[in-house]
Amino acid sequence: MAQTSIWQQILDPSHRADPFPLYAELRKTPVVREEDGSYVVSTYREIVALLHDPRLSSEMRNLPELGADTPAQASEEGPAELPPNVIQADPPEHDRIRRQLTWNFGPPHRPGRVDSMIPDLLEIVTSEIDGFTGKEQLGTTRVDIVDDFAYPFPVTVICRLLGVPREDEALFQAMSDAVIKAIDPSTGGIAEQQRRRAKATADLGQYFAELLDARHGQPGDDLLSGLLSGDGPEAPMSYEQILSNAALLLVAGHETTVNLITNGMLTLLRHPEVLDRLRRGAEPDLATRVVEELLRYEPPVQFLSNRYALDDIEVAGTTIPKGSPVNLVLAAGSRDPGGVPNPDRFDPDREHNEHLGFGGGIHYCFGAPLARPETQIALTELARRLKNPRLVADPPPYRPNPTLRGPRHLLVDIDGVNPAQHRPP
Amino acid sequence: MKIVVDLTRCQGYAQCAFAAPDVFAIQGDEALLYDADPDDTQREKIARAAAACPVQAIFLDREDARNRQSGRGTHVPAPGPEEAFKRTGRIVIVGASLAGLVAGSTLRREGFTASLTVIGDEPHLPYDRPPLSKQVLMGQVPARRTALPRRDEVDAHWRLGVAATGVDLNGKQVLLADGEKVGFDRLLIATGVRARPWPNEAEAGLDGLFALRTPEDADGLRQRLAAGPGRVLVIGAGFMGSEVASACRELDLPVTVLERGKVPLGGALGAVIGGVAAQMQRDHGVDLRCGVGVAALEGDDSGRLRRARLSDGSTLDVDVAVAALGSIRNVEWLEGSGLAAGVWGVACDAGCRAIDVNGVVTDDVFVAGDVARCPHPVYDYQFLALEHWGNAVAQSGIAAHNMISSQSERRPHLALPEFWSTQFGTEIKSVGVPTHADQVVIAQGSVDERRFIAVYGYRGRITAAVAFNQSKWLEFYAGLIDRAAPFPPSFSTVDQPTDAHPVAVEVPERPTPQATVVVTGHGPSERRATLVRRTYL
Ligand SMILES: Cc1cc2nc3c(=O)[nH]c(=O)nc-3n(C[C@H](O)[C@H](O)[C@H](O)COP(=O)(O)OP(=O)(O)OC[C@H]3O[C@@H](n4cnc5c(N)ncnc54)[C@H](O)[C@@H]3O)c2cc1C
Ligand code: HEM
Ligand code: SF4
Repeated sequence: MAQTSIWQQILDPSHRADPFPLYAELRKTPVVREEDGSYVVSTYREIVALLHDPRLSSEMRNLPELGADTPAQASEEGPAELPPNVIQADPPEHDRIRRQLTWNFGPPHRPGRVDSMIPDLLEIVTSEIDGFTGKEQLGTTRVDIVDDFAYPFPVTVICRLLGVPREDEALFQAMSDAVIKAIDPSTGGIAEQQRRRAKATADLGQYFAELLDARHGQPGDDLLSGLLSGDGPEAPMSYEQILSNAALLLVAGHETTVNLITNGMLTLLRHPEVLDRLRRGAEPDLATRVVEELLRYEPPVQFLSNRYALDDIEVAGTTIPKGSPVNLVLAAGSRDPGGVPNPDRFDPDREHNEHLGFGGGIHYCFGAPLARPETQIALTELARRLKNPRLVADPPPYRPNPTLRGPRHLLVDIDGVNPAQHRPP
Repeated sequence: MKIVVDLTRCQGYAQCAFAAPDVFAIQGDEALLYDADPDDTQREKIARAAAACPVQAIFLDREDARNRQSGRGTHVPAPGPEEAFKRTGRIVIVGASLAGLVAGSTLRREGFTASLTVIGDEPHLPYDRPPLSKQVLMGQVPARRTALPRRDEVDAHWRLGVAATGVDLNGKQVLLADGEKVGFDRLLIATGVRARPWPNEAEAGLDGLFALRTPEDADGLRQRLAAGPGRVLVIGAGFMGSEVASACRELDLPVTVLERGKVPLGGALGAVIGGVAAQMQRDHGVDLRCGVGVAALEGDDSGRLRRARLSDGSTLDVDVAVAALGSIRNVEWLEGSGLAAGVWGVACDAGCRAIDVNGVVTDDVFVAGDVARCPHPVYDYQFLALEHWGNAVAQSGIAAHNMISSQSERRPHLALPEFWSTQFGTEIKSVGVPTHADQVVIAQGSVDERRFIAVYGYRGRITAAVAFNQSKWLEFYAGLIDRAAPFPPSFSTVDQPTDAHPVAVEVPERPTPQATVVVTGHGPSERRATLVRRTYL
């Protein structure tokens, strides 16, 4: 029997709480070939280079080993497969979709949109923390940072942005879970993942189709209404494309930020001096720097497994042959001593932080401008308002997913909640 | 507060424009324009923008910088004579602009604690020039508010408003226009270039004729543009002229651009990509006339510009004209100094050490920025003079480092030349030397959409790449140049045009500036060169 590779060990849920020693092992060979023919890249420079390398494609449905029969194959039960969304498309299609999605989200057309959401974000956070009160037992309140806070908050935000009723969470939650399970390489081969991802996305698309049907003729200021109106710099997207991208935004909008906030609170509790600085509030941009450092140190997206080589690519002395799937291990790259000094130190005072937390190149996270203030506000308010927070278990229990890594629960004991300092305007 | 964005690094991710929309704005796909001197109330948002920039291209002034213990720039001193020099030596920098400022802060950051004097003939503290032909002309930023942020306090003796008039290399002193002499142990020459003036002296005095290099120039031109002139004439369609034309169209002013060559930007990018730029100008309503020059400029009785007679016999009524004729290197003060300085600039080696008339490198005189002319190994060791922002930054950093390092720690200036230009809502970026090429091919994207990458090759090797609104891919092509990858590129990529094939690049013959030298003496111990003064065109 072949030895378990480092990559296989990383995928194994038993290493979820601390994969970083394995990443360090992995980096000893910047480019590794796995038994299934895929390649794993773990060093900073090489990842940055590949994120900007036009010989890598994100159109996994064209992966040669999938054969010709998979694409657009309608599953027998359930809705038809949807066309690729922005993260699954290469230019020029990718760029067109991205420009169209951005039109109602940010510059050049709506530059102030995210900035204007900030009071809303603060209001949601404030009311969620207010909700921690009343669970007190013998002077101590036990909260689950995940279920009581870090999960519901981004869901509320993305629902508002997309015009999705918050009450529908029960409807889309399972489908969204299915999508993120499908991008977990430990749950099956690439073909199997692709098939399950397509199915789960189609189900979510079906949910959106019904939602849009019910809302017909009542456009709002949300992103989906914008897409449906066809307003934008590009030819309007097809209905199916809108559903496909809506499904992506819903999933990406809440399965990632939850982990940044939770990893953030966990890291702050492990570094009380930083938590204390944040609580004191004397440094106006500390939260900003804490969040950037978290994206480097405990990134919610640990690696990208959605690319393959269109040609032979030589990286760090190894040739990745044409047609090979490529995994870019962002979390290992951001802790590469060859890319950043003292990588294993959590240090929000770094002068220069070019982390890989949001990827890079043309697929650089679309939601980053939203995820940043969400997390900045969330962590600032938690730091200021929780009285004497203590970790109940370290490490906390983790979700099994190795790609989107984060605690399943983060139990924290507090002595109560301080009143909100600044009420939303 | 003061900010500057390193637009050579910027890849148009727009994170800054999301975070501080009143300060940073994206035009088109990825062209970033920003307010260099925003209100202090924006400080918090700007700090967020700077932290969010994926390539960390945004720099703020130091009011904001705390005591940061970690990160780059922690210096471990090695014992030796250079350490003593850092505590006791005297360094003089001539030229108080981008290169001078970066060199000064690098010296301080790398532990030079002794006497530092910066001499500049302009009365201003170092300011940034690129906004002068962009945001300033469009009225988004006042001309006198593009001062460069000073990240590290450059604790120096700033002698502003006084020109250096000479240097005595034996006596080791710089002579100033006010008669003072400033002694040095090591000297950095960073005197840059100035705008080439209108050649006809009588016409040059016409009210309404502008050149563009300084805030005074930009301010005067901006005022005229804001007044809504009838028609603006731009003479010369290099980057500067094209950016001025773009600003005019942004202001909805009628503009005519004259270009002696076949196309705009031809001198920098060749006729093929210049042709794309020509179409872009016309699509934006520019009256572009190529192969045409000015025969004469005519004014009215009060000396105001009224008319231009063109070389094709036609005339044009104009109120404002901008002479974008290129530049002249600021080397006159070095005449007779014994350095190889002339119209070509100041020659130096790749370690930024000045070369003397005999062609021998000096030890204590360094050169950086627009005034330097330096050999580049990637380009057949040819001496290149680069008037690019990114080059001034990189080269002056190397020069400063080498000024206080022992021979074994000195670094070569091997950065590939890079520049950007923002015009007509399009971000044009270049890496390598596009004129060092015989063929060009569109490697990615679509010329019709003006979103593409052109790759340049010279004798079967990739030597440059130019991106229109596709800057996120450019570093890949920079890697190919570094590796001397074969041209034409033969690999498969995303977004590859199916019908692309290499065509002749059509770059203009570049006349090498002539240096006339007389050699005297017999035998190796006596032979010495002397530069002969000539008037060159
Ligand atoms: C309008 C404009 C737009 C530009 N846009 C771009 C762009 O989009 N992209 C890009 O890559 N580059 C651009 N550039 C070029 C860029 O600004 C220059 O490369 C950069 O300014 C070079 O810096 P420097 O310090 O070497 O020289 P300079 O900025 O020229 O500074 C030299 C300084 O030395 C002073 N000096 C000269 N002689 C003496 C003397 N004898 N004694 C004392 N002081 C002296 C000068 O007055 C000047 O202050 C632009 C330039 C201009 C003018
Ligand atoms: C902390 C939170 C987040 C993290 C760490 C994160 C991370 C990432 C990463 C690493 C990518 C690159 C994928 C690739 O290159 O293939 C990406 C892409 C993307 N993200 Fe996020 N994300 C976060 C939040 C969000 C939010 C809130 C949204 C939606 C509002 C979002 C929407 C997207 C989309 C649409 C893409 C694809 C962009 C493209 O292909 O051009 N993300 N994200
Ligand atoms: S790369 Fe940085 S500076 Fe450039 S647009 Fe993006 S965030 Fe702004």
